[in-house]
Amino acid sequence: MGKISVRFFARYAELAGCNWSAVNVETPATVADVIARVREVFPGTRELPPKPLAALNQRQAKLETPVRDGDEVALLPPLSGG
Amino acid sequence: MMMHLTRHPIEVNDLLAQVQGPERGGTCMFLGTVRNDGDITGIDYSAYEAMAFSEIERILGDAQDRWPDARVMLQHRLGLIPVGEASIAIAAAAPHRDHAFAACRFVIEEVKKRLPIWKKEMHADGSGIWVDPSGKPVAEGLRDR
Repeated sequence: MGKISVRFFARYAELAGCNWSAVNVETPATVADVIARVREVFPGTRELPPKPLAALNQRQAKLETPVRDGDEVALLPPLSGG
Repeated sequence: MMMHLTRHPIEVNDLLAQVQGPERGGTCMFLGTVRNDGDITGIDYSAYEAMAFSEIERILGDAQDRWPDARVMLQHRLGLIPVGEASIAIAAAAPHRDHAFAACRFVIEEVKKRLPIWKKEMHADGSGIWVDPSGKPVAEGLRDR
């Protein structure tokens, strides 16, 4: 079992109802597994797209990237900087 | 050292001073400013600040690798920015103009693809709408009340 910090931003934070949380996932697990768990814990996040943009430990990451206990996954709405 | 993220108006001259020098004869400056679309009064920018800072460092590093003779700096403003004021400024200086233009263009395009920053359009009636990268507001149901 791994404990993963999860961060939400902008519209996704509104959907989740918080900016930060943590979820437990059975390891080995991927970013996609963390997102699946998030959808269970935070019903509002079921409105997220099937494959949202994500960052693992502050770098954009593919959904199949493995996660480890203590990692941080951030769910990023479509980027609109500039 | 200049901070890449600020909550104050961007000082263009400070940015230029970071990149200009006697050996660099071409300087290119890009400013992105809040546009008056419809009844928009301003845009509220938010960021995943720690990641945005690191990503800016990586983008500037990538530009340095591509154009070693150029110096590039950028600053992105966060918080509520009124129409007409700059949300981002990029300054690039190089011995000749080609590299200055190319480096400046590269950095703004990478910013659009890589920076974890989001904007919410603020309207005259007090409502706010998250903007997606194509410039269209998200579904009406998500509009703030």
